[in-house]
Amino acid sequence: MPLPELKFDRTKCAECQATSCLVKCQYMDFKDKDKAKKEWQKVINSEDSSVLEACTTCYACEEYCPFGNHPFYMIVERQEEKGILPAPRPIVTMWINQCQPVGRFMVGKVEERALSYCFLPHFNTLVKGKLFDGIAWSVIFGQEFFCNAVYLHYAKASVIKDRLPKIVENIKNQGIKELVCLHDECYGTFTSLTSAYGIDTPFKPIHYYEYLYGRLKELKDLIKPLNIKAAYQRNCSARLCPETDHYVDDIFGLLGVERVKREYDRENALCCAEVLRMARGPVLADDVQKRNIDDMVRFGAEYCVFNCPACWDSLAHKVAKQGIKPIHMIDLCKLAIGEEQALRLPELVAEV
Amino acid sequence: MTTTSALYDSLVKIVGKDFVSDQKEERYFYARDGGLMPPHEPDFVVMPKTTEEVQEIVKLANREKVPIVPKGAGLALTGLVIPQLGGIVLDMNRMDRILEVNEKAGYVVVEGGTTHGALKSYLQKHHPNLRHSIPDSPPIATIVANAVIHGQGRLSQQHGFNSDMVSSLEVVLPTGELCRIGSCSVSSYWFSKGPPLPDLSGLFLGWFGTTGIITKLGLKLYPCKKMRDVMLFLTDKAELVPDIMLRLSHTEMVEDVVVSAQPLPLRFRGTFWIMAYITGDSDEELEFKRKMVWDALWEYFESRDVGLLSTSPEMKAPLMSMPSKDLTRFADVSKGGGFQYAGPITPIEKFPAFIRKLEEVATKYNVFYASTARLIDAGHCMMFSFSFSFNRANSDEMARAKKALDECSKFALEEGGVLWKADIYEQRLLMDKMDPNTLVLMKKIKQLLDPNGIMNPGNWEVK
Repeated sequence: MPLPELKFDRTKCAECQATSCLVKCQYMDFKDKDKAKKEWQKVINSEDSSVLEACTTCYACEEYCPFGNHPFYMIVERQEEKGILPAPRPIVTMWINQCQPVGRFMVGKVEERALSYCFLPHFNTLVKGKLFDGIAWSVIFGQEFFCNAVYLHYAKASVIKDRLPKIVENIKNQGIKELVCLHDECYGTFTSLTSAYGIDTPFKPIHYYEYLYGRLKELKDLIKPLNIKAAYQRNCSARLCPETDHYVDDIFGLLGVERVKREYDRENALCCAEVLRMARGPVLADDVQKRNIDDMVRFGAEYCVFNCPACWDSLAHKVAKQGIKPIHMIDLCKLAIGEEQALRLPELVAEV
Repeated sequence: MTTTSALYDSLVKIVGKDFVSDQKEERYFYARDGGLMPPHEPDFVVMPKTTEEVQEIVKLANREKVPIVPKGAGLALTGLVIPQLGGIVLDMNRMDRILEVNEKAGYVVVEGGTTHGALKSYLQKHHPNLRHSIPDSPPIATIVANAVIHGQGRLSQQHGFNSDMVSSLEVVLPTGELCRIGSCSVSSYWFSKGPPLPDLSGLFLGWFGTTGIITKLGLKLYPCKKMRDVMLFLTDKAELVPDIMLRLSHTEMVEDVVVSAQPLPLRFRGTFWIMAYITGDSDEELEFKRKMVWDALWEYFESRDVGLLSTSPEMKAPLMSMPSKDLTRFADVSKGGGFQYAGPITPIEKFPAFIRKLEEVATKYNVFYASTARLIDAGHCMMFSFSFSFNRANSDEMARAKKALDECSKFALEEGGVLWKADIYEQRLLMDKMDPNTLVLMKKIKQLLDPNGIMNPGNWEVK
């Protein structure tokens, strides 16, 4: 069976005057729009381009493109075509092997509406309490349901194209009609990636922010405003579903949380940078993390609210060292309804 | 010769009846270890409490020409404490006191049955600024037995074999005399096992209890930094591993370097996982060391042959635990609790050849494998484990694992390695290859110290 192909419309790029995909890039210097346009044409035409080497795979150009033309997926396609390795080869090998479906399902008592834990154990800790009444047992987890979007970081669109249709099939075969994606990389996959590659999605993906917002409205009598200032840590895959960002404001509004207006939020957000560390080494990653956390401090954040568990792993202890309390969005909601924070600070530097 | 019953009575007289057994249950248990060597029952199991009791037991055994096998936790897995000719197994576990810690001179004096786990806990509680080299065996492993087999631990990259860290000994000789070795023979301090005196510790370390029974041991302690971290590098090129290990070692910043390879779980397949452990008293110190490590491997990172794997706390926790729990998990991967490894000590340049052999042998005998290599003494050598797990209830699988191990041991020897904690079969391989004059010397030493051949017979027996 042929692999699905990226639906990419060249004419949109030809007509585009802004070339926002490159001009807005936080890691490449394309202030000159003409230069950006020429370079982008090289990418589209499968010519050698500095973009392919310089791309840090931050996903942001997916959001910058006003036409939804998937510039990042195009970059990934071209990187793979030309054998460019955004990360060292053994790291790519490890990721490909680690998430390989092995034919063993790990599911709860799955109903038509289910939670996707993706392949992240954090949700075993997070999914507790009233927010998940009536659904906590309806869970899918593991390689067989892993969204595979991570391979965008490793120039392996082919792995996504090979595995994703089977993943979608696996979810469908569980009888799931509505899938609440607790990792928004899954949501981005089942909305943006599947659409870009023409893969039919026979269930309705629901972003967990939408789910939480709905539950909080149902539980509004329990909410005690937190009255705190929080920095929001936007993650790479949020770029695949920017239409969900308003839920952060909506949820914060319900909880009495002020989203600090800082430099590195919304479209200008900085990622957690651990992928940058794997791809580029420590200098860029340390710089990005420092700028990001300094920004949180500068704008008076008391909390750093995480969306992605991987961001949590890489940044939670670092924000804590700067006196900011790290908390996952699910736990933030729990605090407001009188429940306890479940995901705690990781002990990365252990006792001897 | 005294009757069995009379021997039993004599042993009871020395240690009390609660600490002698000739019962089937004890004899069954003390006849075997977790590895592949066939069991052989002792006649008696004795658990002394004091050095004087050890002396009395040894004198009795020597007088009656009864074999005697000193035993710690029995975790070597190569049958070193299986009493090949029966006799007495001397279980040292009641002699478990920590007698002295000298903070300024940096050593501890322990009794012959003190465990690594007990010492770790003791130091954490009473001397948190000091630590010792913890081996990746279960915490019940005894310090003396680990030194006697030239074990390695978490500080071996910096300070050599755990036996190199011994700082004095008290030994009951096979004829029952008590003998002090090292500085403690002329001083009340236990800071040196040899220098500036003739180093007699070599008469006991590495001899597997065939030349005497260590009743007290001084062990060097080292600074315990407040923080510790691990950097996890991956490569898919076995031929780069020796140079990577060497570069890491030469930073002189890395406490421990371990390389692991195994086909399952899937994330391990096709890559070698290189763990570089660093410590520091401050974030700045740790950060500086991280930078030095990065700099050492930057060339390989740029060529995309080596990558750093960012690790979640869940991934990092087992890597940070001391001792590592991963070994225990692997030990039961085939279910049924069988696990053994051949762990030759070898130049690090042999890593690619050894890995190839391990994969070849595992395929040939259809056994599940893993390997862990630990850098020793700044890269002068490494321990490379050819590890196989098996179901103890499956005799066919056990036989295949044994053949695989034997083939790996022969190969390692041919390649210039020296077999570590060799079982009786491997000891013969070693002695067959050994310089004849060395063998003669070993024989003379053994005869001089143990004229009646009572100490752990079957081991290091020069024909």
